[in-house]
Amino acid sequence: MKKIIMSGNEAIARGAYEAGCHIASGYPGTPSTEILENFAKYEGVYAEWAPNEKVGFEVAAGASIGGARTLTTMKHVGLNVAADPLFTIAYEGVNGGFVVVTADDPGMHSSQNEQDNRYYAPHAKVAMLEPSDSQECLDYMKAAYEISEKFDTLVLFRVTTRVCHSKSVIELGEKKSVTVRPYEKNIKKYIMIPAHSRAKHYEVEERLEALRQFSNNTPLNRVEISNKKIGIITSGISYQYAKEVLGDNASYLKIGMSYPLPDEMIREFAAKVEKLYIIEENDPYLETAIKAMGIECIGKEIIPICDELNPDILRKAILGEVNTLTYTTDIQAPSRPPVLCPGCPHRGIFYEVSKYKDIISSGDIGCYTLGMVEPLSVTDTVICMGASISAATGIERANMVSDRHDKKVFSFIGDSTFFHSGVTGLINAVYNHTPIAICILDNRITGMTGHQENPGTGKTLQNAPAPMIDIEQLVLSCGIKVENIRVVDPYKLDETKKAVKDAHDSTEPFVIITKQPCALIKDVLKARAGLKCAVDEQKCKKCKACLKVGCPAIKFQNGVITIDVNQCNGCGICMQVCPFKAIEKVGE
Amino acid sequence: MRENKSVLFVGVGGQGTILASKILTEGLLKSGYDVKMSEVHGMAQRGGSVTTQVRFGDKVYSPLIEKGKADVIVSFEKSEAARFLPYLKKDGYIVVNDYEIYPIPVLIGKEKYPQNLNEKLAEIVHNTVIINAAEIAENLGNVKAQNVVLLGALIKVLKLENINWEVVISDIVPPKAIEINKKAFKAGIEI
Repeated sequence: MKKIIMSGNEAIARGAYEAGCHIASGYPGTPSTEILENFAKYEGVYAEWAPNEKVGFEVAAGASIGGARTLTTMKHVGLNVAADPLFTIAYEGVNGGFVVVTADDPGMHSSQNEQDNRYYAPHAKVAMLEPSDSQECLDYMKAAYEISEKFDTLVLFRVTTRVCHSKSVIELGEKKSVTVRPYEKNIKKYIMIPAHSRAKHYEVEERLEALRQFSNNTPLNRVEISNKKIGIITSGISYQYAKEVLGDNASYLKIGMSYPLPDEMIREFAAKVEKLYIIEENDPYLETAIKAMGIECIGKEIIPICDELNPDILRKAILGEVNTLTYTTDIQAPSRPPVLCPGCPHRGIFYEVSKYKDIISSGDIGCYTLGMVEPLSVTDTVICMGASISAATGIERANMVSDRHDKKVFSFIGDSTFFHSGVTGLINAVYNHTPIAICILDNRITGMTGHQENPGTGKTLQNAPAPMIDIEQLVLSCGIKVENIRVVDPYKLDETKKAVKDAHDSTEPFVIITKQPCALIKDVLKARAGLKCAVDEQKCKKCKACLKVGCPAIKFQNGVITIDVNQCNGCGICMQVCPFKAIEKVGE
Repeated sequence: MRENKSVLFVGVGGQGTILASKILTEGLLKSGYDVKMSEVHGMAQRGGSVTTQVRFGDKVYSPLIEKGKADVIVSFEKSEAARFLPYLKKDGYIVVNDYEIYPIPVLIGKEKYPQNLNEKLAEIVHNTVIINAAEIAENLGNVKAQNVVLLGALIKVLKLENINWEVVISDIVPPKAIEINKKAFKAGIEI
């Protein structure tokens, strides 16, 4: 077979395809997004974006009950959203093979926490696999479907950012043709009422014992013996770092099936080596289990729990080596935090809200989290997907019970996140009559994860036309009064400003919907390609009002304000804030 | 055994570091190397500082480059070269795009952008190659091809001219961008 280079995510998609997976559903989230995007391109499969991870998980679970091989994918925090069905499907088991991919983000490149989802496997009592490179992503997916059907369990497939987004060389295999299993009604298996669940719990424990024996005999767990002075037990990407640093100067137990753990293999390996290290990123998942077996080993005493692991850290921790043959400099590179892009439609409403000093602003997960960045600085709190509206409601309630009336509470949420889990917060605000201002920033795409379709975009993952959920109608039907809804173009500051004032002054639940597509959508880029703003140097008084919109295209250097034509998309927000009319639109 | 080599691409989200590293990895794969590449997605891509790491040789384990182990740093933006300098191997090369992108803290006057960076970098690193890739690409007809100009310069530094890069470029970039990218690559390699 020809060798090609694939990312872990591409290889997971390929592995699912080769394993004959029929159906996939999930929600985008870095670093998992490209799995479904790639799987969706294969011939003869069905793949969809669900509005959130719980829905995606349940679609996949239902498809498994229906007899199909199924896949659901999500980032680590997404599994929290899907945790409810996870714990019960763990009891029900599967019909068609069912694989759940959780993509963790050590180092939090694009996440709000660093939770280690390996703990979900023992907690939910399901099998777990952990690949360490792209070839294993492909091979382990195929193994996962076999394990799932053989042991009647879903398989948790745990990957991390550096596995998902690293590319390595792989050989593809052949697609296996798998027919959808027949569906047979079986209420003791598929209806989890207490009487059935009690019996099921015993089965789950028996299944774990069978899986433990399997784990001790599967090639997914493998021993590499060379120098016995140092023994390493490791899994996932940490294996690659360990091999990089220690190479043949150590022996390895590489764990590919990390729940149930291969306890007999671990004991045997530990007995063979002089000094045993457990090398793992983030939490002491392996270490705690191995220490509980009464085996002496070194782990988190020398390898940090926080942040991403890398070979530098390992080299220093195990060998005490620091590479000093490098360059140092006193040149201070300026800090470069992520920012709202030039032409971002979110800028307009954040700019207008930034003028108010008497607000508390509850933000959400998406590009608009960046409303927090200076000079806009419009965000007080961000928790998780969909929390903006419900948290705003709570803040307002705290204001009300303490008779604090000096601050208006605003919330900001994007279209995809609103569909994900914001709408329930809105229903709650209406139901309990909490007078907050809810800003739904509709840019017609799931932006931060790299432009995925959602229920508002009119297209499905596999590019079929779809009905577009009308946010205004949805909000109306939830009970927001028609006089308390404003739909504005955030590129037009006058109407945005008026809507913000009305929301600020309202004593009822109030909704502003901003409508303008993401500036990076291909068609938008094409349509606005020639549109630019430019500064008329004669008229410019260097008052720097335009710098307050925080646009990366506007630069003040050597006493002159300029707009970078390569970045500007002519949104015109700076033009509208200039008190001297010194910025004009150019191009067509 | 060929010794493993590491190339660190640094720049600002949206600058096209990924395409350049993709062409590099495909070319290396075709020439029989084991290759690993690691890139960053998500929030940092929104104007943040981004890196793409490429490692190749007979057998590569870690996709991440250790400090002091990069053979070459290709910096798509000047100040990013300074930020990642501790990753450069002693006597390694830096290929620097003579191009500045001011981050928001500089734009709003909270921080200063370092001055005379070209001179300072050349003073610290003997093997500094400074290229005005944007100007070269613009003269060739499209400023966006600056990433492939830088790639050309990198290939020369790595002494990998013997690989047929024109074929690799033709396989990867869209048909109408092939000519400009071939020209950009040639301009880079001839510097």
